[in-house]
Amino acid sequence: MRANALLAIGGAFALSACATTAGADSASASDGDKSYDIAEVPFPSTYEPYPGTPTALVGATVYDGAGGVIENGVVLFSGGKVVGVAEELSTEGYTVVDGTGKFVTPGIIDIHSHLGDYPSPSVSAHADGNEATAPTTGDVWAEHSVWPQDPGFSRAMANGGITSLQILPGSANLIGGRTVTLKNVYSRTVQGMKFPGAPYGMKMACGENPKRVYGNRGRKPSTRMGNFAVNRQTWFDAIAYAEGDRKKRNLENETLAGVLDGEILVHNHCYRADEMALVMDMAKEMGYKVSTFHHAVEAYKIGDLLRENEVCSAIWADWYGFKMESYDGIPENGALLQQAGACVVIHSDDENGIQRLNQEAAKAQAAGARMGIAIPDAEVISWITLNAAKAMGIDDMTGSLETGKMADVVLWNGDPLSVYSRPEKVWVDGTLMFDAMDPKRKPVSDFELGQPGEGDVK
Amino acid sequence: MSALRKAIRIALTGTAAAALAVSASAQDFAITGATVATGDGSQPVENATVVVRGGKIVAAGAGVSVPAGVAVLDGTGSWVTPGIFMPLTDLGLYDVGAVSNSNDIRAGDSPFSAALDASTAVNYASQHVAVSRVGGVTRASITTAPAGSIFAGQGAVIDTGSDPQPVVKARAFQMVALGERGARLAGGSRVAAFAEFANALREARDYANGRWDAESAHLTRSDAAALGPVLSGAQPLYIYVERASDIRAVIGLQSTYPNLDLVLVGVSEGWLVANEIAASGIPVIADPLDNLPSSFEQLAATQSNVGRMVDAGVKVAIGGLSGGITGPRTAPQFAGNLVALSSVPGATGLSWGEALASITSIPAAISGYAGRYGVLAPGAAGDVVVWDGDPLEVSSAPVRVFIDGVEQPLSNHQTRLRERYRDLDESDLPKAYDW
Repeated sequence: MRANALLAIGGAFALSACATTAGADSASASDGDKSYDIAEVPFPSTYEPYPGTPTALVGATVYDGAGGVIENGVVLFSGGKVVGVAEELSTEGYTVVDGTGKFVTPGIIDIHSHLGDYPSPSVSAHADGNEATAPTTGDVWAEHSVWPQDPGFSRAMANGGITSLQILPGSANLIGGRTVTLKNVYSRTVQGMKFPGAPYGMKMACGENPKRVYGNRGRKPSTRMGNFAVNRQTWFDAIAYAEGDRKKRNLENETLAGVLDGEILVHNHCYRADEMALVMDMAKEMGYKVSTFHHAVEAYKIGDLLRENEVCSAIWADWYGFKMESYDGIPENGALLQQAGACVVIHSDDENGIQRLNQEAAKAQAAGARMGIAIPDAEVISWITLNAAKAMGIDDMTGSLETGKMADVVLWNGDPLSVYSRPEKVWVDGTLMFDAMDPKRKPVSDFELGQPGEGDVK
Repeated sequence: MSALRKAIRIALTGTAAAALAVSASAQDFAITGATVATGDGSQPVENATVVVRGGKIVAAGAGVSVPAGVAVLDGTGSWVTPGIFMPLTDLGLYDVGAVSNSNDIRAGDSPFSAALDASTAVNYASQHVAVSRVGGVTRASITTAPAGSIFAGQGAVIDTGSDPQPVVKARAFQMVALGERGARLAGGSRVAAFAEFANALREARDYANGRWDAESAHLTRSDAAALGPVLSGAQPLYIYVERASDIRAVIGLQSTYPNLDLVLVGVSEGWLVANEIAASGIPVIADPLDNLPSSFEQLAATQSNVGRMVDAGVKVAIGGLSGGITGPRTAPQFAGNLVALSSVPGATGLSWGEALASITSIPAAISGYAGRYGVLAPGAAGDVVVWDGDPLEVSSAPVRVFIDGVEQPLSNHQTRLRERYRDLDESDLPKAYDW
C-alpha cells in the first residue's frame, strides 16, 4: 500500500524508475552481415493466444489508438486478430457485445514497469530489479528476475486495461541490462508471458542514481561526468567487440552490439533536459539511437531537440519534487511536448500508477488545455497505446485497432479519460481475459490462493 | 478543455478577479449560480450560492440570498466546494524528498521521539504548500515519520495560505507505528513494539504522577512529558497498522487504556473487521485505493476497503497522500476513483457526496475541526475553492482558492516554469532572461 507512503512520507523515491529506448530504425554501427539473429535468442517466448470467440463490439465510441475516433463504431475480431473497425460492418458469425454508451480502446501499454522484478509482496527476497553491483550490467536480462505470480499483473489488467508491458531493470546502473516485453497474461513461466517477436530493449540511466549508488561506495562513477566517462568507455569497448568477429561470448557486449546493430532499443532513464541533450550527442558519437527517455520530467525544455532526434519521452503526468533532478517537473510536460511535435508516452514505473494510466493521460491533457494547448481525446489515447508500442518496437503487432493486428482490446464502461470510468472487459489476442461482469473471469495468482481476500474485487 | 470550460474560466478570472483583487485580509463575497457541494456528504446542488463574510461561511445552498454590500462573483458553470483537508501528510516539512538537508520528515538519529513537534519545522513558503494550494488543498495535518522509535512525534494542523502563519494547531496528535513498521523500529518483532508501547505509557504515567525515575527510564524526560496528554486523552493517538489482527489489537487497547483517544491509520485490511471498528467508534485515516499485497500485513487489500468500512458505519477519511508523487493535490482523483468503483459489480465505492466528504469534512472532523473546516456551513472557515468543472474529475482544476475568506495566489515554481517554456524561442536572449 501507499501507507508505506503514509509513513515513508516525503518519499525519498528509490531506484525504481528509469528508461531509454532506441529507434526501430537505428543506424547500424557495423557493416556486413553481423546482424543480431533473434532466432538464436535463448529463453524464447512460448506464449500462445488462448482460444477466443469471434467478437463484435457494437455501438461504442471507438478510439483506434492511432488518433482516430468512430462514434457508434463496430470492432470485429476473430482468430486473435482485428478483422475490421468501421462505422458499419456485418456482425454475422460474431458474438455481439453491446457497447452502447461505452468506449473501446486498444489494450493499454505500459512502457515502464517493474512488475515481476519488484513484485508484491515487496519483500527483500523479491527485490530483483537492480543488479547494483557494477555500474554497467548489460549482461543481465530483466526476464530472469520476473516472478510470473506477481499479483500486480492482475490489478494492471482489471483496473488499468493493461495488455502489454515492458519490464525494465532498475536505474541503479548506467547500463541496467535488457528489458523484456510481456503480454499481460499469467503463465507458469516468464517464457509464457513474453511478447512473441518483441525486440529487446536496453535500460540505461542518467543522473543521480548511478552516481549515488557507486559514489557512496567510493567508486566510479560518483559524478555526472563520471557517468559519461564510464558510459563512453563502455561503448568504445562494445564497438571494438562489435567490429570484431564476436566469437568470444561476452554477454554485456552482445547486448551493446545489439543496440549498435539497431535491434535492441535504448530506454534511457533521464530527468534533466541538459543531460538528455548530452545523451543524444553521446548516441551520435557511438552510432546508436535512443528510442525513449523515461521519466524525462524536463523534456518540455527541449521539445525541439527531442523532435529533431526522433526520441520519445515516456513521462508521468505530474510527479515532481521527490528528488533533486525531478524538481522542475510540471503537469504541462506532455502537452508542451505534443505542441513541439515530439513523441509523448505516458508511463507508470509504479504498480499503482499502472492501474490508472488512462487517468494520468487525462490529467496531462487537461493541464495542456488550461494553458491553451488543445489535444483531441483520440490523440491522448495514443499516448498510452500506439506511441508506447512504437517506442517499444511492437507497433506493427499491437497498439492500435487496425485490421490484422493483435486483438488487444479494452471495453470501458465510460470515457476512458474520465475518472469515473473503468475497464469492463479486456481481451488479449482476442481472448476475454478480464470481465468485470463475471467474477470468475479474472486472474488470481498462486500467491493469493487461500489468503484473505482471494478472488475479491481488487 | 471544452470551450464551455474555457469560457467559464475567463469569466471567473476576468470579472471576478477584477472585483476582488488578492488581498491579505478577508473579503466579504458571494459566489452565485454555481454547482455547490458542501462537503457534508450530500450531493452537489446546482444554481446555488455561497456567502462568505468576515472570513466565515454565512450560508451555502440553493435559495440563499446575497446580503447587500458583498461582492458578487458569477459562478455560472463552475463548481464550489470547501477546501480539501489532507490528513497525515508532509507539507511544509521538505523541499526535495531525497535531499536530506531539505527534509525534516525523519529524525532517526535524534534521542527524542514522542517529543518531536512537527509544528516547529513548518515552512509556509515550501513549493509543495503552494502546489497543493493550487490543487485546492487548504488544510492539512502533518507529521514526522517514525524513524528512531515507534513514536513518530506530535503532528500539527496547518493551513496552506501564503501568509506566514501556517500552524492552526501545534501538537494536535501523537502518532505511533505498530504492525510490521513498529516491529522493525522496536527491535525486530510486534512483541517488542507492544512492549515499547506499554512501557512508554507506563513511564508517561509515572512522569505525570511525579514518580519519574530518570535512572531506569527508557524514554527521555521530554518524551515522557509529551505522552502525558496522550495518556489522559487530551491529545489523540494515531496508530498505524494494516493487518486485521493488528487492528483488533489496537481496538483492544481501549480496555487497557480507556482514556486514549484513538485514530486508526493505514488499515488496509479494515474491511475484514469493519464491524468491530465501527463498534469501537475509532475513526480511520486510510489509503484510498491500496489494493496490492505489498506486505504480509496487507494480503487482503482491496480498493473496496474504504467503501466497505463506510458501509459498516466507520468514519473514514482519505489520508497519507504525501510527497511529490501522489501528493495532497491528487486527493480529488482518488476520491473520484472511489465513486467509479460503485459501478463495478462486487465492488463497494462511495457516493459522490461521500467521496467529497472523505477529503473535506471527515478528515477535518477526525482532526478535531468538525463544522469548522472542510464544510460549507454557517460558521465554518471561509475555505472555498472554485473549480472549472466537477472537482473529482481528473480534467478539472481550481480557478480560485480562498482560505479564511482570503483569496490565495495560485502561482508557484511550476507555473513560472510553464510560462517560461510556453515556447522555446531564444532568438533574442536566453531563457534565463524570460521572467
